[in-house]
Amino acid sequence: MFEILVNRELAPGIKLLEVKSPDITKKVKPGQFIVLRINEKGERIPLTVADKHPERGSLDIIYQEVGKTTRELGCLGKGEFLLDLVGPLGKPGEIAKYGTIILIGGGVGIATLFPYIKAFKKAGNKIISILGARTKELFFLEKEIENLSDEFYITTDDGSYGKKGFVTDLLKDLTEKKIDLVLAVGPLVMMKAVRQITKPLKILTWVSLNTIMLDGTGMCGSCRVTVGDEVKFACVDGPEFQADKVDFDELIFRNQRFSKEEAISLNIYNEKCGNKRCPKN
Amino acid sequence: MSKELVRKSMPQRKAKERIGDFQEVNLGYTEEQAILEAKRCLQCKKPLCIKGCPVEIDIPKMIEYIAKGDFIGAIKNAKEKNALPAICGRVCPQETQCEKLCILKHKGQPVAIGNLERFIADWEASHTTNSKEYNNKEQSEPNRGAKGIKIAVIGSGPAGLTCAADLARMGYEVTIFESLSEPGGVLRYGIPPFRLSRGVVDREIEYIKNLGVDIKVNMLIGQIKSLNNLFAEDYKSIFIGTGAGLPRFMNIPGENLNNVYSANEFLTRINLMKAFKFPEYDTPIACGKKVAAIGAGNVAIDSARCALRLGAQEVSIIYRRSEQEMPARDEEILHAKEEGVKLFLLTLPVEYYSDEKGCVKKARCIKMELGEPDGSGRRRPIPIENSDFEMDIDTVVVAIGQSPNPLLLHSTPELKVAKYGNLVVDEESLETGIKGVFAGGDIISGAATVIEAMGAGKRAASSIDNFLAKK
Repeated sequence: MFEILVNRELAPGIKLLEVKSPDITKKVKPGQFIVLRINEKGERIPLTVADKHPERGSLDIIYQEVGKTTRELGCLGKGEFLLDLVGPLGKPGEIAKYGTIILIGGGVGIATLFPYIKAFKKAGNKIISILGARTKELFFLEKEIENLSDEFYITTDDGSYGKKGFVTDLLKDLTEKKIDLVLAVGPLVMMKAVRQITKPLKILTWVSLNTIMLDGTGMCGSCRVTVGDEVKFACVDGPEFQADKVDFDELIFRNQRFSKEEAISLNIYNEKCGNKRCPKN
Repeated sequence: MSKELVRKSMPQRKAKERIGDFQEVNLGYTEEQAILEAKRCLQCKKPLCIKGCPVEIDIPKMIEYIAKGDFIGAIKNAKEKNALPAICGRVCPQETQCEKLCILKHKGQPVAIGNLERFIADWEASHTTNSKEYNNKEQSEPNRGAKGIKIAVIGSGPAGLTCAADLARMGYEVTIFESLSEPGGVLRYGIPPFRLSRGVVDREIEYIKNLGVDIKVNMLIGQIKSLNNLFAEDYKSIFIGTGAGLPRFMNIPGENLNNVYSANEFLTRINLMKAFKFPEYDTPIACGKKVAAIGAGNVAIDSARCALRLGAQEVSIIYRRSEQEMPARDEEILHAKEEGVKLFLLTLPVEYYSDEKGCVKKARCIKMELGEPDGSGRRRPIPIENSDFEMDIDTVVVAIGQSPNPLLLHSTPELKVAKYGNLVVDEESLETGIKGVFAGGDIISGAATVIEAMGAGKRAASSIDNFLAKK
């Protein structure tokens, strides 16, 4: 059992869960994730680790309440427990001094980006951050990221904050300078669009892929993704991959594998809770 | 055939009834049936059956007790060598092991050793589990932790459980580290409840815990702790029993389409996560009406029979060789046929086609013929030219085998790995390249049987004892 220390809203539908696990906290590195299960009837879901607190032996997990499980997670409060938490999973990102790095975070992907930004900064890189979301109120961690960045940009689809448009619009302008690495984390369509820009320019580009997982330890192949000529398992070979060879279209289909069942689950849950996000916290 | 040569058949539920749920197919012997079956044993002076048992149960002795009606005596006898008798009695391929060597086989039918083993284990459970006194007195070990030496066992499948049980009985303090949320490994995520009920798995694991073994779940060794971390935590020896968890695919076009599963994924969703109870349980499974399981081992048969129970209308096994070469247990093949699973033999899928939503809708297959025997001794399948045909299917389960789980091996470069991903160990002692680290089960052999893994776990336990005695 894993004790919840904090579970608070960062933005509408986006929450930060701080959960105690001294063993995972000791080992986890940027880019790695955990798999959790709330209770005996729950499903296992992978979530990236946004931060860690060695002094408290705890991890920060930032998640969006989109499906039944994340909604249920959002209703848990301080002092309650998760039944299962396993990690750290996946390969850590390759943190080194590359030079100038553009880090792009879309939506809840910003959470995954945060530990990378800290580590890349510490390794002596020049940090250019681009954060994008639909609208102003959906941003979180933007002050923390701005403080770590040498250049910092915001885009919103509706123009309510920063520049109106997509992260890729900004990326085009920024790639006129010499860029040594791009790391993009966000919706698959966003990462695919980033790749469209950086590939012709031959800029080394990494993406962190969110896939459907079950065990998260390389046993089931639920998370398989085609990278070049090879089939990789995102849970153990990734989640970070070089963008140029990733078959995004296949993965977009694969991520809809259980959309019908997910809708059934969510509907039943909504009926029970009156279609509202948990007001707690 | 004279009366004593007729083997008592295993009572089982009717096919129509059993495909409506995930309850056990076999019902087990009654006391009377068990005694009659036990009386068929010739009590050979030089029993061959024991040689066929990887954990060397004293089978004639066990049967003698049953014939006398002393079921407690029989189970105690079996448990001296086998910590998981209720499991082995259900899932061992007896026809290629103990029963294959039974003298009665030459005259007709061998003694139903597996059925008898199952009977005594279940008898013990139904007559004693409610009695705490019995559990404490009969099942716990007097020398629990007496040696005061800590040993780590990685993986709680058949190899790890057996190794841990033997070491605990020797007086070691054993901790098992399991990466999933519940212990049992393949017994939990792989073998479906209609072959091995979860109550039986729980019961046998409870027995091992009663021996003093501590089981820590959600611990993925290699990621959360390295082998060096474990040594630093004062574990004096380590057993690796991480199994063959890496699913193999055929690498043919369309294999990443939706509704194409590895058997591991399909079975784990159902068995471990209880997707068959969706939406009461949250884990989903999408299983269509026309399902093909690729392969012919127990895992393929299990997948096909699970699909039937999820409501599939047409379920096929597609196998590139003939029925004779099917590696599954005879009983499973028989049960699958009774339940309506169709066999497409001498057939190989070569491509899957997609519908507009990215789901599989069709397979293209080719017909095969058998040539000369290959390295495995089985006749090699050869494609027949221009034999392509198409099959409508909406769900595929790829069950062509699993490779050793690479995760721990990758994170521990000192461990030597052979060509097919198997961990290299000393053949005698099962010690790896790292001193004090032993391994056994599918991680060294590639996917094999529960009982072979248990045999390796036993051997490793004795090697660990020798290793620590020398220190």
